[in-house]
Parts: sequence; C-alpha cells; structure tokens
Amino acid sequence: MAGFDVVKQPNQVRRHIGLAGQNATVDENLTGFENLRMVGLLNHLNKAYVVAKSRQLLEDFGLSDAAHRTATTYSGGMRRRLDLAAALVANPPILFLDEPTTGLDPQSRQDLWSIIEHLVEGGTTVLLTTQYLDEADRLAKQLVVLDHGKIIAEGTSAQLKTQMGTTVLALSFASTDDALRAKPLLADLSTHSANIEGTVIELTVEDGPKITADALRRIDAAAISLNGLALREPSLDDVFLNLTGHKAEDTLMGDGAPEDRHGRKARA
Amino acid sequence: MSTLPASTSTHSPLRWAVSDVLTIARRNLMTIVRIPTQMVFLIIQPIMFVILFRYVFGGVIKVPGNSYVNYLIPGILVQTTIFGSVGTAIGLAEDLQKGLIERFRALPMARLAVLAGRTVSDLFRNVLVLVIITGVGFLVGFRPGGGLVSYLQASLLMLIFAYCLSWGFAFIGLSAPNSEAAQAMTFPVIFPLTFASAIFVPVTSMPSWLQPFAINQPVSQTAIAVRGLMLGTAHGQSTWIALAWSFGAILVLAPLAVNRYRKTA
Repeated sequence: MAGFDVVKQPNQVRRHIGLAGQNATVDENLTGFENLRMVGLLNHLNKAYVVAKSRQLLEDFGLSDAAHRTATTYSGGMRRRLDLAAALVANPPILFLDEPTTGLDPQSRQDLWSIIEHLVEGGTTVLLTTQYLDEADRLAKQLVVLDHGKIIAEGTSAQLKTQMGTTVLALSFASTDDALRAKPLLADLSTHSANIEGTVIELTVEDGPKITADALRRIDAAAISLNGLALREPSLDDVFLNLTGHKAEDTLMGDGAPEDRHGRKARA
Repeated sequence: MSTLPASTSTHSPLRWAVSDVLTIARRNLMTIVRIPTQMVFLIIQPIMFVILFRYVFGGVIKVPGNSYVNYLIPGILVQTTIFGSVGTAIGLAEDLQKGLIERFRALPMARLAVLAGRTVSDLFRNVLVLVIITGVGFLVGFRPGGGLVSYLQASLLMLIFAYCLSWGFAFIGLSAPNSEAAQAMTFPVIFPLTFASAIFVPVTSMPSWLQPFAINQPVSQTAIAVRGLMLGTAHGQSTWIALAWSFGAILVLAPLAVNRYRKTA
C-alpha cells in the first residue's frame, strides 16, 4: 500500500492512510481543536504545523465556531466532520471511509459529499464503503459490489449500468391485483426477471420503445387498466437487484453486516 | 485546500514514544477537568473517608503507640490511590467501547502509548490526591513524626505501588465489555484488598482466620511501610517488602495488560 509492505512496514503505511467511519471516533471530552491536535501529535508531526493545520481543517469543515467547545456538544453531522478532519490532519494520500454518511440528515450528507469530492479533486485516493448506492454512484469512479462477502461485480458506474441492459420500464397499475395479473404476461419481455413492488412492475429491457409497445398491447389485450408508465435509466439499485436478486437493504437486514456492499472509489 | 508544508519531525523512536505517552496522558487528564463529577469524586471522596474514619469511627478505634489520626492518614492515602485506579479500568473500557482505541491503532504512534499514557495520567492524578489528603490530614490533626525526607520517601513508595497496580486495572478495563462492567469487575478486587487490610484498623483486631491474609497482602504491606516512614516508626524491612510487591506486581500485570491490548480490537 502506497509503496509499502503492510506487514513489514506497518508504521510507514499508517503514516500514509487516514481512517474515518460511521462511529465517529472523536474524544467527547476534548474540544474539536484538541481532538485534531492530539491526532496530529500522535502522527508525529511538528507542533506548529499541527496547530495551523487543525485550525485550517476546522475552518474548511465549518467547525471554527465550535472549535473550542467539547465534542459532547456537537451534532451527529459535526462529529462526522470532525472525525473526517482528524483523518486528514496528516494529509494522508489514501483515505478509508467506512460508511461516512450512515445515519446523517440529508444536509449533513450533502456537506460530507462535497468535502469528499473536494478531497478527490485535490489528489487524495478515497476508498469508501457504503450501503447507499446513490452515494457510490455519485462519488465513486471505480465500484466493487459485494454481496455476502463476495465480489459480484466491478467497474465504473456507467459500465455496470450498461452491462445490465439499457432501460428500466416502470408500469404502474390501479391495484396490486392488476399488477400481479400483469406480471406473468410481461415476464418474457425482460432480459432479467420482472420486479414487482406494490402496484408497480419494473422491467429491465434492451430496447425501450419496442418493448413498451409490446407491453402495452399485452396489457390492453388482457383488459388490465394501466395508471401510468415511465422509461428511465437504470440506477445502481437496479444493478444490485439485478446482480443479486434482492435489494441492498434486504442484505443488510438479512445478515446485519453493513460492509456487505461496497462502493469503492479509487483515483486512477 | 492545503498550502501548509507537511512536516514530520525527525526525533528518535524513543523520544516519540515518550511524546506519545505524554500526549495520551494529557488527554486523559483533560477528562478530569472536563467532567465535573470526576473532579468532585477525586477530591470529595478522600475527604469524606478522612472525616468518616477520623470523627465517626475513630472514637472507638484504638491503635497501639500512636493517635488514630496519625494511623489513619497514611492508610487513606494508599486506599485512595487504589480506588482511583478504577478510573484506569473505566477509561480504557470506554475508549475501547467508543472506538477510540481503533483510531489510535491506525496512527503511527508507539503501540503501547495508550496503556502507558493511561497509567502515567493515573500517576499524575495520584500526586494530586497525595497533596490534597496531606493538606486535609493536617487540618484534622495529622502530625507525622518521621520528618520531611521520610514523608517524601513514603509518598514515592505509595506512588510506585499505585503505578504498578494501575497495570492490573488496565488489564481489567481491556477485558471488560463496557465501562459499567469494568467498574463492577474492579469491585471484587479492591474491596478485600482495601478493607481486609491494615489501612483503617490494626489487623490484630480482625478474626484469626482473616489475619494471615489481611497482614500479608500487598496493600497492607504497602500501607504499613508508608505509615512507618511517615510516622518515623518504620521497621528496617517493611519498605523493601513493599517495593518487592510493587515490582512483582508490575512484572506480572504489565505483560498481562500488554498482551490483552494486543489481542483486543
């Protein structure tokens, strides 16, 4: 890693990595500034640098006002940012983020996302694990999808999406019964199995316009009423569903292992 | 984002290890300042014990050859440092629980600084306790007759013993699933060691089956040596026996704690 042997040169490796995660590991009894200073000193950086860098990070992450309050007074989003700041004190070229936005409100999530994007622009390699596939889609250049601890797909977000078919056809019915009746009629239109959720059937299809016309004819012939339809680009959720036959969240609930699916972002 | 020069200083590994230990120790001591209840516990509890034994129980306790307050204060010193060591167990269990140890492990710091820093912060806290109890002791009539040099020697002996014992509490803290459990696990250790001892009353007043343990256990031996030096009644060997217990304790307890630390998290 970073040109060092993880077994033979553990401290060299530690000097080149930063680690932040879902359990923001900040010392609650220290202030934001003291947390960063402690981590800086334990990274064996010189004091003047640590003080300057800590101030700068607190400012960059919108924590200047709270710099001299103890972390007990911080909100969840602030802790997460402080945790990330602590991982950055030593300017690590490689950063590991373990589900950095899990449990955060949408605003804090957006804030963290832009911080991470900013870091990547600055040349940091970020390896992040996430259970939110939209997060992986937005942040990751290179993705590795894991299911039950096994790699099931690898590639860029675009590659994964193309790989599974070009379009998702969503058909919305008046009732669940109608949807259930329509499903067997439509099954063979999709290259993959048709997915039904409530009154909506989603088909992953190769040729959107043609299949749409086919589907409408069949539904009409069976005298089932249709409420609406939409054609859209597949999301990573569709990719995951397609690859595993179940949803990302189901896996999480199923075996309780949040690291089950990883979106990996790596700078080339 | 960054225009600052990343500058790693070039000290020797040993100097960095010392720096790491002090950084962690300082961080632990900040907890005492930041959590008022800890501060209150640290200062109020020993004062309560002094008052309780000096004025509530002291009237009926007779000790040979000296006033009870002179007998009591050196004992309270030893007892307080042992009670204080519970903080080591709780603090480490908390750090483990909150994932802070995980963070420390990802840093290029000296591996053992987390443990050494904890025991060193205990040492600083015990110095503070020593000063407080000495002050309170004098207020309630404590008049040690051993002279200043002996008093300092006794203090040093007490600090060494407490430091060595801290490693045992570190082991307990690392073995506990959470801080509440850590506190509970220390209880069966400190209760017999402090109360079935020569800290508060002479062992000769205890039932005969308890006496062999009460007189020979390390806390009693240390309390007897500390008292002997402070009051100027020391027998030649008691200091050496206490020191032997201290070093014996650290030789056993430190490897246990270190080994547990390596396996944890």
